[in-house]
Amino acid sequence: MSNISHSPESAGGNLTARALREGIFAGIVALGLFVLFVGLETTQNIRNELVLNQRWGLLAIFVAVAAVGRFLTVAYIRPWMDARKAAAKAPAEADESFFKRNFSKIAIVALLIYPPLMVMLFGVQGSLKWVDNFGIQILIYVMLAWGLNIVVGLAGLLDLGYVAFYAVGAYSYALLSQYFGLSFWILLPLAGILAAFWGMILGFPVLRLKGDYLAIVTLAFGEIIRLVLINWTEVTRGTFGVSGIPKASVFGIWSFDVSAPNNFAKAFSLPMSSAYYKIFLFYLILALALLTAYVTIRLRRMPIGRAWEALREDEIACRSLGINTVTTKLTAFSIGAMFGGFAGSFFAVRQGFVSPESFVFLESAIILAIVVLGGMGSLVGIAVAAVVMVGGTELLREMTFLKAIFGPDFTPELYRMLIFGLAMVIVMVWKPRGFVGSREPTAFLKERKAVSGSFTKEGHG
Amino acid sequence: MVSETMTTNTMTADPILKVEHLSMRFGGLMAINDFSFEAQRGEITALIGPNGAGKTTVFNCVTGFYKPTMGMITMRQKGGKEFLLERLNDFEITRDAKVARTFQNIRLFSGLTVLENLLVAQHNTLMKASGYTVLGLLGLPGYKKAAAESIEVARHWLEKADLIARADDPAGDLPYGAQRRLEIARAMCTGPEVLCLDEPAAGLNPRESLALNELLRSIRKDSGTSILLIEHDMSVVMEISDHVVVLEYGQKISDGTPDHVKNDPKVIAAYLGVEDDEVEEVIEEIEEIEGTAGGSH
Repeated sequence: MSNISHSPESAGGNLTARALREGIFAGIVALGLFVLFVGLETTQNIRNELVLNQRWGLLAIFVAVAAVGRFLTVAYIRPWMDARKAAAKAPAEADESFFKRNFSKIAIVALLIYPPLMVMLFGVQGSLKWVDNFGIQILIYVMLAWGLNIVVGLAGLLDLGYVAFYAVGAYSYALLSQYFGLSFWILLPLAGILAAFWGMILGFPVLRLKGDYLAIVTLAFGEIIRLVLINWTEVTRGTFGVSGIPKASVFGIWSFDVSAPNNFAKAFSLPMSSAYYKIFLFYLILALALLTAYVTIRLRRMPIGRAWEALREDEIACRSLGINTVTTKLTAFSIGAMFGGFAGSFFAVRQGFVSPESFVFLESAIILAIVVLGGMGSLVGIAVAAVVMVGGTELLREMTFLKAIFGPDFTPELYRMLIFGLAMVIVMVWKPRGFVGSREPTAFLKERKAVSGSFTKEGHG
Repeated sequence: MVSETMTTNTMTADPILKVEHLSMRFGGLMAINDFSFEAQRGEITALIGPNGAGKTTVFNCVTGFYKPTMGMITMRQKGGKEFLLERLNDFEITRDAKVARTFQNIRLFSGLTVLENLLVAQHNTLMKASGYTVLGLLGLPGYKKAAAESIEVARHWLEKADLIARADDPAGDLPYGAQRRLEIARAMCTGPEVLCLDEPAAGLNPRESLALNELLRSIRKDSGTSILLIEHDMSVVMEISDHVVVLEYGQKISDGTPDHVKNDPKVIAAYLGVEDDEVEEVIEEIEEIEGTAGGSH
């Protein structure tokens, strides 16, 4: 606290003068840079003549943003950041707040009461958006990111084709339920097993690769799966995708098909609504995501989990300790892929339709971005990152008030990738190791001390 | 004199590691050329030589990180079980043949705590106890017991290496000398019969060197582990080793007790170099020694 208060005072007048100077300088530089790009615009008029539009107002905004931004940065933001850094260096308070200590428990309880709360707040039909667009969508990404975390965060194997396993899971459910009429509860584990199998198939050829080379091959693998799905039209129906995928049932007791006699709404004599199915799906994906987290936490304390982390730190040292790095890598790939497969079959059941469109490289990139943003290896950090990333982009759709500012043509959704990128850059500058940069040790003798991110490695393959 | 020590060694003792006619070629470079030596059970064998002599290459061949071009490396365990190390993978050499190693440039898991480093070293024991993860995942008591035992093993070695106070700190946070000791403790946690140390005293101050000597002696005494070490620090080599092998340009130039090696003119020539006019003198001397050595066979 003391740092924050005294540092601006001591250098107060001096700092403002410097900030003003730098602000004006930044404004001049911005003017020089943008005068031709922004200040003048060439367009064609109705007679096909080239006319020069003068946009001095826009130019003024650009210059003002640069100047004011520079002024604020120098005068306020930087001193504030320095003070924060100094405060962080001082020993942290011994006991953290109740909220911070029990964050995961509170989060789980909040998620459990989330659907009823939404029904209470917005009505049965009104809750759809909040449960489906926000709840389920975010939880799918949380689960995918937790699955990828095993491969990237723990074992340190950079996998850019993770979406392939998501696709394998989704198509396993879609195709096997259509061709053989198997139910969701049989196909869910099967989809996981098949995805794990494909994880091993990917794992074998890339065992010797490291770092960039591994990333490229996994990227290619993801594209191969997608291209097979597009081109193997007899089985997958190509770009048309597979539609009419049967819904999941509550362990076969209640169905969500409108015509079925054991329909859930009928059984409880509720009004017909798709919201019940969505709420059921919400709890299903919540259970799957929590299973992923539970297994990951358990595995980290097992020899195999420790071997993954050791592999990330130093592969040669692992071999010198008698660890078979081949099987260690393969288990990381296949267990990570298995959770991708679970998530995939859930995705198919939720959408009722799968097509190769859903499994493009961008999806892999988003999942990887969530893992990196969250802090590699940290489950809580990854969950927060997923909420920020996926929830944030969903939230953009809701921001209709932005139209009042930027005009009726403004569609905030179109800017989501821009904001996505900007958010990533900011977080990476602010916290280079992700939201949760430290690592919880898996065993301790006297006290559990978090390992600072500066000691852990990212892995090189 | 030379031949006597050599013959008595091979006759009476019980070699744990036998390297025969080892050669390693990297393209046109013969890094090791027809190199043979034996390490006796329960002894500390030092491998010394000038920079670039091929010492680390010998280590990498013994521990499976290189596949030798020629030669045979036999490891004979306590129970009489024999392993041909040149045929095994690097991780099998540690796991099955029980030969552990450390590295010249320390290779710790810097992001894991000191304790975790030692637990990773017990991977294979724990893996079996956890039923290859499956049983452990179900939370069976067998794994819990093994996990508690593994922590006790780690505690034992932490105490020996004087690292118990830092057990819960990240390995990368330790000072250099402690990292060296931790690497040795970690290798010992694999339960080896031969411990190969690649320059364990490099970069240590005299006090830390002394502590290292103590650690190595107690390892040999208490756990009966034989030690093979590469070292430049002669205070360590001459102090603790029972048997010294000298390597130059990939070939063995001397082999015997520390005292014998210390006075071997070939070794002196290799280490100190000789003046041009002394070369003939030295060569004569060497021939003379070799003559007597050959004669007594």
